[in-house]
Amino acid sequence: MPLILVSIILGPLGNVFLGEAMKGIGPVTSARIHDLAPIASRVLASGYIWLGIACLLGFFIAHMLLLTWADYSYVQPATSLSYLSVSVLSYLLLGEMISPLRWLGVAVICLGVFLVGRTSPSTTGAPSRA
Amino acid sequence: MREVVLFFLIVVAGTAGELCVSRAMKGIGEIHNFRPKSILSFVLQSLRLPWMWLGIALMSLGFFSLLAILSFQEVSFVVPVSALSYAAGAFGAKAFLGERINRNRWVGIAVVCIGVTIVWWSRK
Repeated sequence: MPLILVSIILGPLGNVFLGEAMKGIGPVTSARIHDLAPIASRVLASGYIWLGIACLLGFFIAHMLLLTWADYSYVQPATSLSYLSVSVLSYLLLGEMISPLRWLGVAVICLGVFLVGRTSPSTTGAPSRA
Repeated sequence: MREVVLFFLIVVAGTAGELCVSRAMKGIGEIHNFRPKSILSFVLQSLRLPWMWLGIALMSLGFFSLLAILSFQEVSFVVPVSALSYAAGAFGAKAFLGERINRNRWVGIAVVCIGVTIVWWSRK
């Protein structure tokens, strides 16, 4: 149970830090290599980016550890809650104002992800098929 | 419009990358031995597969697109909308990996898409 909590908090927290880092960089509007190179060096120099990447790595490890013993069909519906926690963390840490409409959308996404995860995790039979 | 292109890259390139990695992993087969030496040889083995590199390249493209969109859009908007990956993943897994998607799973994916549409309406 604690591992699943760790994964529900760390993944969204990683995204929140990435968001904080990129807001500090300012809007990236050009896709030309010439303009992207200086942006990339500023991104790499941002502490928040590394904090975000560390959280996402932590999330990934927690997720893998979880999957070594727990059924995927148990883990995946539980992680649908991460869509709720990313909204809560964006509100608390980044001060994003979340409209009732957005909360409704997030709740519907959670429900959808929950339903996806409740189905059987393997449908191809023999693993050698692919 | 900028958002649409970036979301397309996050969802399609990210998911296509995962499918490529999945294909590479299936090519190696299930691992049963978790000693450091066998894990290292597993990693080296996977790096020899072209699918793995294609997967890494596509997933990187998806990640950089995520960073780009986060520079001007809210986290509470971007992350929920990128849940469209569930739909892209289902179509891709069916077409590319030959997985069968049962009816319940399609229902869940449809509900995710309805949620994404509602979040999209809340765009500022």
